[in-house]
Amino acid sequence: MSAALEARDLTRILPGPQPTTLVADVDTAFEPQSFTVVTGPSGSGKSSLLYLLGLLDPPTAGDVLVNGESTRALGGEARALKRLAEFSFVFQFHFLLPELTVLDNVMLPMRQLGRLGAAAMRARAYDLLDPLGMAAEAQKVPGELSGGQRQRAAIARALANDPQFVLADEPTGALDSKNGATVFSTFRGLAAEGRTVIVVTHDETLARTASRAIHIVDGRVVGEACDFPPSGQT
Amino acid sequence: MTPLPLSIALAHLKARKRQTLVSIVGVTLGVAVFIGIGGMMNGFHNYFLSQLVDTNPHIVISDEIRQAAPQPLTTLHPEGAVEVRRVLPRDPVRGISGAAAILDALNAMDGVAAAPSLIGQAIFRHAGRDYSVTAIGVDPQREIRVTDLVHDMVDGSFEALAANPNGVLIGQPLADKMGVGVGDSVTAVTTAGAETALKIVGLFHTGIDAEDQSWAITQLARQQAMQARPRVVNQIHVRLDDLSRSIPLAETIERRWGFKSAPWEETYARVLDVFALQDKIMFLTTAAILVVAGFGIFNVISTIVMEKARDIAIMRSIGMPRGSIVAIFLIEGIVVGVIGMALGWLAGWGLGALLHMVPAPTGHAGDRLPVNLTFFLFASASVIALASATVAAWLPARRAARADPLTIIRGSA
Repeated sequence: MSAALEARDLTRILPGPQPTTLVADVDTAFEPQSFTVVTGPSGSGKSSLLYLLGLLDPPTAGDVLVNGESTRALGGEARALKRLAEFSFVFQFHFLLPELTVLDNVMLPMRQLGRLGAAAMRARAYDLLDPLGMAAEAQKVPGELSGGQRQRAAIARALANDPQFVLADEPTGALDSKNGATVFSTFRGLAAEGRTVIVVTHDETLARTASRAIHIVDGRVVGEACDFPPSGQT
Repeated sequence: MTPLPLSIALAHLKARKRQTLVSIVGVTLGVAVFIGIGGMMNGFHNYFLSQLVDTNPHIVISDEIRQAAPQPLTTLHPEGAVEVRRVLPRDPVRGISGAAAILDALNAMDGVAAAPSLIGQAIFRHAGRDYSVTAIGVDPQREIRVTDLVHDMVDGSFEALAANPNGVLIGQPLADKMGVGVGDSVTAVTTAGAETALKIVGLFHTGIDAEDQSWAITQLARQQAMQARPRVVNQIHVRLDDLSRSIPLAETIERRWGFKSAPWEETYARVLDVFALQDKIMFLTTAAILVVAGFGIFNVISTIVMEKARDIAIMRSIGMPRGSIVAIFLIEGIVVGVIGMALGWLAGWGLGALLHMVPAPTGHAGDRLPVNLTFFLFASASVIALASATVAAWLPARRAARADPLTIIRGSA
């Protein structure tokens, strides 16, 4: 199977009086319908690699290929447009807009993309919220939700534009183990539907539920494991 | 469906009701003061101009010649090497020659009325005191067609002048100063040596101090006798139905008869210059209030941008372009500006109405401060308020759009 997302000699160096290398010479590929976790110690460059793969951050050297196409020449707004249509992010903090209801938050990327009419957007938002057990909370604002509910709302928003790639940065970092397991279960389901899911996590137990793990130290890929034993699944 | 930047902008403003209200009040006050004070200035200018222009002729033809006649030498040899310098214009000491023909020609024109007059200096003597006055001899039947002085009479009447060959009209302030009233007599002395007893038949109050303190209006024949200038006219007063014709008609008169012909715009050029300066000062002062209101908007939007750094980052990470981010905060400023402007229109109109209830020091009982609220005032206030609000919002909006979402996301992690 050909790679959906590919990093080629990917390097990111933060400029400054003492340049800091965040990611160095990473060569790796992610296939469709895959669920990959990126692990490593704090400050190892896991999140930086995720932001490079998600076109949030331009690389200092190397390239990110999306479905075989180079993104090196894309400008800031072209990258933003590609992110809007093909990528989605889930962060450790939900980053829901506090003034908007859950429904409006989920509809936000759809409204920005502008492909669907108002009724279709609303219906799709409920379709996304329902399996996550959030349909009943659609008219609430984030301040009225629990931490787990907010993260599930953020996942629903991430899936709004039916993205090919779902990238999550420590999505369970602020959740208890039960809610964390629910979120990972959701990611496994998304991968099974055909999406490419990449999750940065510190949680070894949850990491073992993925189909593949990449271990990073000092910005370099130092190990890789595939197909963990079933006992690791929760 | 409401456009996305608009719905986010409205949500931001709703979440900060008090700050938003303070910003709106700032714009409202600025617009209201601009309109109210501007309306009062306009009203005052209009009142003052109408007093000047209606009381006085629209064009004054006088026995002066501005340009010297072309010299035969230069006419004969226009390209010649001889130049004639410092040629003085003719000095028509005898007044306006052919005044009757000029008056007939002017009165024959549509929308033009002309009347003769003789102006000269005189001393009014009463109760052992002397008062310097400008004696103006007029033909009452004709003069009444070129002046609104008849409306400024506070005692006696303009018509009484026609009935009394020795009658005189003076300003109420001069009468007060002299301690005289209608029916009293004064003695007029001129440089020609004539000493004439005049009876006061009317008092006027134009509101223009220079006129009220020094004008003494008599019959033309009486003035000619007092000045020892029989049948002489040194001014022709012209009144027009259409004020805007004053400059071209004055030019035509001067070209045709050679006498200096001054339209009201020239006569009151200094007053108009002062008005223009007052307008500029008023405009700058009140516009400054709106700019200060703009700082209020800048403050609110800047605060929202700082508070919303994380939201901006997430919107950028979702793929919202910079233009949409700018639009959100720009809309916030414009919404505050538009609401403030609309309320400012109402408040400005109310302020104008209040000012119009204040008694005016015109000397006429019942006169109120003149207020003239024009479309231009409302439009100017709106343009300044919206421009100020837009710039005030655009600066922080641009900063928000330029923010690096990763720096904020990393900082939040």
